Amino acid sequence: MSAYFIAHFLLIFLVFNMLVMSAAFMVWMERKVCAYIQDRVGPNRVGVEGLLQPFADVLKLLMKEELRPKAADAFLFTIAPIVSAAAAFTAFSVIPFGSETTLFGLLDRPLPLEVTDVNVAVLVIFAITSMGVYGIVLAGWSSNSKYSLLGGLRSSAQMISYELSYGLALAAVIVLGGSLSLRELVLNQTGYWFHVIPRWYIFLQPLGFLIYLTAGVAETNRAPFDFPEAEQELVAGYHTEYSSMSFAMFFLAEYINMVTVSAVATSLYLGGWLGPILPSWLGWLWFLLKVLLLLFFYVWMRWTLPRYRYDQLMEFGWKWLLPAAVVNLIATAALVLWIG
Amino acid sequence: MISLNHYLILSGILFAIGTAGVFLRRNVITILLSIEIMLNAVNLTFVAVGRYLNTVDGQIITFFVMTVAAAEAAVGLALVIALFRHRETLSPDAFTALKW
Amino acid sequence: MFEFIAFYAFAAIAIIASLLVIGQRNPMYSVILLIVSFGALAGLYVLLDAPFTAVTQIIIYAGAIMVLFLFVVMLLNVPREEAIASRLGARARRTGAVLSLVFTLEIVWALTRLSVMPVSSGGGGSIGSVARIGTALFTTHAFAFEATSLLILVAMVGAVVLARKEHH
Repeated sequence: MSAYFIAHFLLIFLVFNMLVMSAAFMVWMERKVCAYIQDRVGPNRVGVEGLLQPFADVLKLLMKEELRPKAADAFLFTIAPIVSAAAAFTAFSVIPFGSETTLFGLLDRPLPLEVTDVNVAVLVIFAITSMGVYGIVLAGWSSNSKYSLLGGLRSSAQMISYELSYGLALAAVIVLGGSLSLRELVLNQTGYWFHVIPRWYIFLQPLGFLIYLTAGVAETNRAPFDFPEAEQELVAGYHTEYSSMSFAMFFLAEYINMVTVSAVATSLYLGGWLGPILPSWLGWLWFLLKVLLLLFFYVWMRWTLPRYRYDQLMEFGWKWLLPAAVVNLIATAALVLWIG
Repeated sequence: MISLNHYLILSGILFAIGTAGVFLRRNVITILLSIEIMLNAVNLTFVAVGRYLNTVDGQIITFFVMTVAAAEAAVGLALVIALFRHRETLSPDAFTALKW
Repeated sequence: MFEFIAFYAFAAIAIIASLLVIGQRNPMYSVILLIVSFGALAGLYVLLDAPFTAVTQIIIYAGAIMVLFLFVVMLLNVPREEAIASRLGARARRTGAVLSLVFTLEIVWALTRLSVMPVSSGGGGSIGSVARIGTALFTTHAFAFEATSLLILVAMVGAVVLARKEHH
């Protein structure tokens, strides 16, 4: 039991809890921002500015009865929210959120601030997010209800369609950075152009960044692409039949997926933990700030834009986003070949 | 110590399970799944032997097998849908006539 | 030691899951179990120093092909295989089962007679390097790579033609 091992273990524990906390925080932020956009006050009773509201919500959900429709497939119905939440947590495990630290000389070798370093990290994230589809599809099918089934089908079709653009946008960054490791990709963005503009990939890949953000919204099933749970048509989509903690798990998975998508965007396009002013051991503060900004953007978009129609979504994904992503990838590859 | 033989035996067992599935099941979808098991057994052999010979060719063939499997699944499932429309069943015994 | 335990754990998962896939009347469960089996195989690929293949296994097989199967099972809504007597008859099917068992024993027997070959022969360069795979794929195997793109196009057109509703 070396100090390094204990520190790594504590780091994993910390990341896990931070993810749960971020979901709680996102619930609060969503309600607060939504309220301000709609010229209301929002939650302000539980805790300072309603900050403890999510915990009250969780407590309420815990007290509720766990219901299961009689016609549902018991095993798959139980396992679906677990798959969703597990995939959401796992995807974050390969994201680096800071440089290395020895905890002020406490450790014998520097501990990188991430759960695990994989040399194909970008692909791992891609693989795990594609596993997240199963939670939703299984929930939709096993509930044995028409709303759930339609929600599940829509969601899987949507996720598969937008995964292509998502993957191609990532591929362009991989071509630029010449690595599949997120840590290396972030470190490749060190430095400045003309001493002012940071060498972030967003300035080389503006189109790619937009494609990534759009596909990311569709991947996480958020408005304006929230068809799987379009409440006016489908009640609540794939989680119509869920209650209590299994419902909370889907909620948790959705918010953690948003955090993961934002964290990947931060690492790939916004220079990860790199930033001016702060010393390098406080880099994770920059990371947090950038992720928060992106999350705010997601919430802002949800409460500002109306929902698309389903055929519009499919048309947009296949006829506009995918060709744009292909052109972006080819142009990037050609430029890299040309400049060298 | 795990040797190449271990991987080859495992791959053989998986392949046999796949063939047994094709023989035993009377459901077109499960038969297609059994074919996927066989393809995967072969993939495992390729990767293991590639590692043994210290070459990447094993992994590249695996990559091609996956592509072929994807194409096969797309066409196979389209056929399943077309057949199901005509006969309302997935039993292969219902599709013995060449014309209907 | 770790390799030993991991190999047997993944092998056991792969075999049991595959057996359950074919010993199942509900295609929905078959699909899910096959995904489990693919996951175990991905683990074996990692043991074989092929992380790229492991990840593509998950992305392509588990993430794309199996979703397609799941889609068809869900859309056709045929939860169970009919227990009707097959045209082949029970005896022929029993023979088939026995034959595949014989086949298994044969393979195992033949392979155990081989001399033990160490899985890693050492030598320079890691075969797990994505750059090495990419270089080989786009130089030595460029023709095969282009051919698969044609294959996918054909499959795509074929699937659309076969599955579309006929208008009389």
